[in-house]
Amino acid sequence: MKRRYFLSALGAAFAVMAAQFAGTLQGPAEAADQFIIVQSTTSTQNSGLLDYILPKFTEKSGIEVRVVAVGTGQAIKNAANGDGDVLLVHAKPAEEKFVANGDGVKRFDLMYNDFVIVGPESDPAGIVGSSDVVNALKKIAAAKAPFASRGDDSGTHKKEKALWKEAGIDPAAASGAWYRETGSGMGATLNAAVGMDAYTLTDRATWISFKNKASFEIAVQGDDKLFNQYGVILVNPKKHENVKAEAGQAFIDWLLSEEGQALIASYKVDGQQLFFPNAEKM
Amino acid sequence: MLDRPRSPQEPANVVAPRPVPAERVPAHALPSDPVLPLSARGLVFARAGRRLIDDIDFTLEGAGITLIMGHNGAGKSLLLRLLAGLVEPDAGTVTWNGRAPDRARATRVGFVFQKPVLLRRSALGNVVHALKCAGVKRAERKLRAHEALQRARLAPLAGVPARLMSGGEQQRLALARALALRPRVLMLDEPTASLDPTSVAHIEALALEAVRAGTRILFVGHDLAQARRLADEVVFMHSGRIAERTPAATFFDNPQSPLAARFLAGDLLLDEDRKLKREEETTP
Amino acid sequence: MQDFSGEFFDAFKLVAALDPTLLEVVGLSLRVSLCAVVIAAMVGLPLGAFLAVARFPGRGAAVILLNSLMGLPPVVVGLAVYLMLSNAGPLGVLQLLYTPGAMIIAQALLVTPIVAALTRQTVEDMRGEYAEYLATLGTGPFAMVATLLVDARYSLLTALLAGFGRAIAEVGAVIIVGGNINHVTRVMTTTIALETSKGNLAMAMGLGMVLIAIAVSINAVLMSLRSAATNAAYG
Repeated sequence: MKRRYFLSALGAAFAVMAAQFAGTLQGPAEAADQFIIVQSTTSTQNSGLLDYILPKFTEKSGIEVRVVAVGTGQAIKNAANGDGDVLLVHAKPAEEKFVANGDGVKRFDLMYNDFVIVGPESDPAGIVGSSDVVNALKKIAAAKAPFASRGDDSGTHKKEKALWKEAGIDPAAASGAWYRETGSGMGATLNAAVGMDAYTLTDRATWISFKNKASFEIAVQGDDKLFNQYGVILVNPKKHENVKAEAGQAFIDWLLSEEGQALIASYKVDGQQLFFPNAEKM
Repeated sequence: MLDRPRSPQEPANVVAPRPVPAERVPAHALPSDPVLPLSARGLVFARAGRRLIDDIDFTLEGAGITLIMGHNGAGKSLLLRLLAGLVEPDAGTVTWNGRAPDRARATRVGFVFQKPVLLRRSALGNVVHALKCAGVKRAERKLRAHEALQRARLAPLAGVPARLMSGGEQQRLALARALALRPRVLMLDEPTASLDPTSVAHIEALALEAVRAGTRILFVGHDLAQARRLADEVVFMHSGRIAERTPAATFFDNPQSPLAARFLAGDLLLDEDRKLKREEETTP
Repeated sequence: MQDFSGEFFDAFKLVAALDPTLLEVVGLSLRVSLCAVVIAAMVGLPLGAFLAVARFPGRGAAVILLNSLMGLPPVVVGLAVYLMLSNAGPLGVLQLLYTPGAMIIAQALLVTPIVAALTRQTVEDMRGEYAEYLATLGTGPFAMVATLLVDARYSLLTALLAGFGRAIAEVGAVIIVGGNINHVTRVMTTTIALETSKGNLAMAMGLGMVLIAIAVSINAVLMSLRSAATNAAYG
């Protein structure tokens, strides 16, 4: 009888799924002897840096690194909830506050790159080629040229807000007009900027590896104010008891070691180096 | 079909129950009977200001088939549902051997609807489900279900999905399913209304067989010829009341109420009937 | 502009070549969503059937609430599950955050109201048909629920498929509680989100088509099973 086949097929499917579910729950823990969770930013992941360096660390240490790539603001909040072992982000004041609050053990400089302002070929604000970011922002505001902001409290967003402040402009007043807050990650914001011919501030690593550039190009670069420092912090095991302090510290030590630093320096996209290691010699 | 004993003629006693000869009282109709006497007192059911059942007293006991006749809208099917405990009266009481109908005894009162309600299962599955609800042990269910299908000559269709069977087969299955529970009382609500003559004969044969096995039957119908074939007594209803209750032979040859006489004479009370029909369509 | 068509078909080439990473992602998507649907079925089917059968004060409100919960925003569910499973949350000790288990929980929460609400509708319709017959059997509420669920089984498959569709297509909840960790919690939808954020729009679109193709195949298989079985059981 067909009905019987149907029911037994359904029963079999349920049994398989139950087994799958059991497997799903314990599966990941078996995948490697040990794993740590790194709360990081989209730029390190989207640029491909982590995919490049992490397998080498895992191979050497047997520790699997699981990366949760979100905006710096969210990464710090997640880590402050104890949901991660290592924090790797780029917003130095916020990182120092994280350590001061007792959520992190110690902050180390890891590497840097720089921010750039990218914009459409038509360059409505006439800023292409400039190396004075504050002046460029003033011109954008004066021309009321569209500007896409991350608007998500990420490291890039914090940097952008600081630059506007320095330019003496309150872009929030023009929010919804020429100043457009996407509330999204770097990639999504770049997609949006390309879609509406808006300038936007991005880290160079994400920009270089971004595939949907259309006619966009770098408008402003080379200002010291566009310096972008990445830091790495072990989440404080004294405050968050689930933190895998030993494995997490091993990962940080490796990143800061000559081997880790050399590996960061060797990562290139289209022949361009994306991150520049600058950890203090240990 | 007509060879079974008819109850002896009795004086007409319109509403009161009719005494049943001792030799026809089945062995299991003892004082501990689960359902009989089935009794209604002061029964009223009203909707939209109309009394669809208007102060009915009625007692069912003994054996045989009681046919409830009357025009559309007279309240026949509703009375059946009230007596089966499927509908709550607005006033009055229904008792099964002295106590109100309850879930535990529900399966002792079988019910077959005009339009059979069959589960989306095989013929056998339908009977097995009913037996399960009646608390029959798992080991016995299949056996008893097969027996019931056998009696209804549905054995070859045991594995066929009930809803793929013909209208006649479906009604026979509904009846077989009800009989499988060995009900004390079986209520049939116009079970043959839309069936072909062969199917009607099948259903009637099953009903008579059940009576022989000791089941008391209440049968709602319109068909005079069928009533003559089946009925031991007739209850004639009109406008929510019982107009008369008479042994079958007396009823057909010598009805006691003028209403019944006109009914039998084929006077369909055309105007009133149409009016009642309209009202019936607008009330459930 | 990038070579859109080229990259678009790259996604299908990955499928054709049975690319192990892609298979892993597809496999995890199916596992997570199917598990979520199984859990949702275990809760939603009886719950929906109970609401269809039971009569109690506040039932109308419960039905409205249930129907509204069908539109639960995945992000909100994801956030709520994150707050529960976070090490700072009440269920942190389970250590489920950033595992497929967390994703299953989030999706089960999203899917359960869908299964329950559709079950209620289906079973209530059937209840209208069966109620009087079941009353003649003196059937209690539990036996009634059981009977109705069994008899509505093929219609309820549609409810489960609707739930599965919601689960497999959802990204907002799983990206928050799963973290889109490569080889651990990366599923079809989070991969698509990631590729989009990398600007790999063609690849993202291609993966989207793969996702749709998978959903269509699963529906097709189940529906053909259903229609074969239905023909045999209904009339």
